[in-house]
Amino acid sequence: MDRIPILKMGPFLLVTIQVDLYDRLALNLESDLISMVSKTGARGVLIDISAVNIVDSFMGRILGNIASMSRIMDAETVVVGMQPAVAITLVELGLTLQGVYTALNVEKGMELLYKKVDLLSEQDDTIEEDQDPHDITD
Amino acid sequence: MNIQQTAQILLRKKNTILENWMKNQLADASLRDDLLSNEDLRRQSEELLNSLLQAVSHGNFDNIYSSEFEPVNDILGDISITRARQGFSPREISQYVLSLKQALTDVLEEERRNEPELLYREVVLLNKLVDSLSIITFETYLKGREEVILRQSDEISEISTPVIRVWDGILALPIIGTLDSSRTQVVMESLLQEIVNTGSSIAILDISGVPAVDSLVAQHLIKTVSATRLMGAECIISGIRAEIAQTIVHLGIDLSNIRTKATLASALQLAFGMLSLEVRKSNQVSTTKLFK
Repeated sequence: MDRIPILKMGPFLLVTIQVDLYDRLALNLESDLISMVSKTGARGVLIDISAVNIVDSFMGRILGNIASMSRIMDAETVVVGMQPAVAITLVELGLTLQGVYTALNVEKGMELLYKKVDLLSEQDDTIEEDQDPHDITD
Repeated sequence: MNIQQTAQILLRKKNTILENWMKNQLADASLRDDLLSNEDLRRQSEELLNSLLQAVSHGNFDNIYSSEFEPVNDILGDISITRARQGFSPREISQYVLSLKQALTDVLEEERRNEPELLYREVVLLNKLVDSLSIITFETYLKGREEVILRQSDEISEISTPVIRVWDGILALPIIGTLDSSRTQVVMESLLQEIVNTGSSIAILDISGVPAVDSLVAQHLIKTVSATRLMGAECIISGIRAEIAQTIVHLGIDLSNIRTKATLASALQLAFGMLSLEVRKSNQVSTTKLFK
């Protein structure tokens, strides 16, 4: 059965969809991706859909699902390279992919992911710093 | 009645018919010699008459959709389309074909002076023929005019949606005129395409030229913004006038998750800020030096 390869790039997972997604393939991608996130502890997922010309509501929902699931697993999702026609179709379908980050191309998407993850780790740092004085006073 | 014979008479009297027809046309008040020279008119008329007489020479006066009439219809179509483009009025164009009727019946009247019954039937036949020809003329005339209108409205919608690259990575799209569904489609497509082409990450939608915003227009705007966001670019809406802000709030439209600015300048400033660019006066250094 066809599968879409999921590449690990440092703390991120990279998925490049080169074929038009049919339902079965999209479902497989969803489950594969989530198991990869849990296995590798990835901090971000980058999905490149620049080669996808056709989307339907199902495909839109899968993208939304992947984002929500990754969020729960503490990974951000960035969808990059959406074609204009695809964007218009998704908007007409009423799927604005709330909660999914988007970027123009893989380069900008990576930049965005690094920024997001950096911000998150900074936040973690500040929390730890905040906690330290407490420890002392305690 | 021998129809073939009628055709023969007409063919024989071709020159007389042409002269009569030209005379009728030149005498008519609606002659537009400013748009079409008399020589051209004569050439057109002769060509049309030739093909018409050729078509009826087999005795077919009824069915103008048969193959013999194809050249006639073609010539007539050409004439009326060119005249539509030149700006002839419908009256002038129909007058052109209808004046042929008079020329044809005049000739037959001359020939059939002693056979009124035959003449009557021939005239009825010719009447029908010329009437159908004038219908064709009018049909093509309208088609020509409609083409002109279609082309113009296409041009207007093209002209009215320019996507301007105001800075590296910043696009501006001033919308002028009412936004309807088809217009939004064009706006959205050209904006998204330009985002892909230039790799811009910020788009400014300026609606200062939009006369009114109702819930439908707002819906279209929200759609455009969402589509831009899906592409991975930010969209700022600028040029919101006081009355538009009022309508939007009164209609209860939620624009809270869209960045809005009052003027294009402030939107541009925001865009600069988002790209961490700054604009400042260049002579500041020299003045400080001067004071030192």
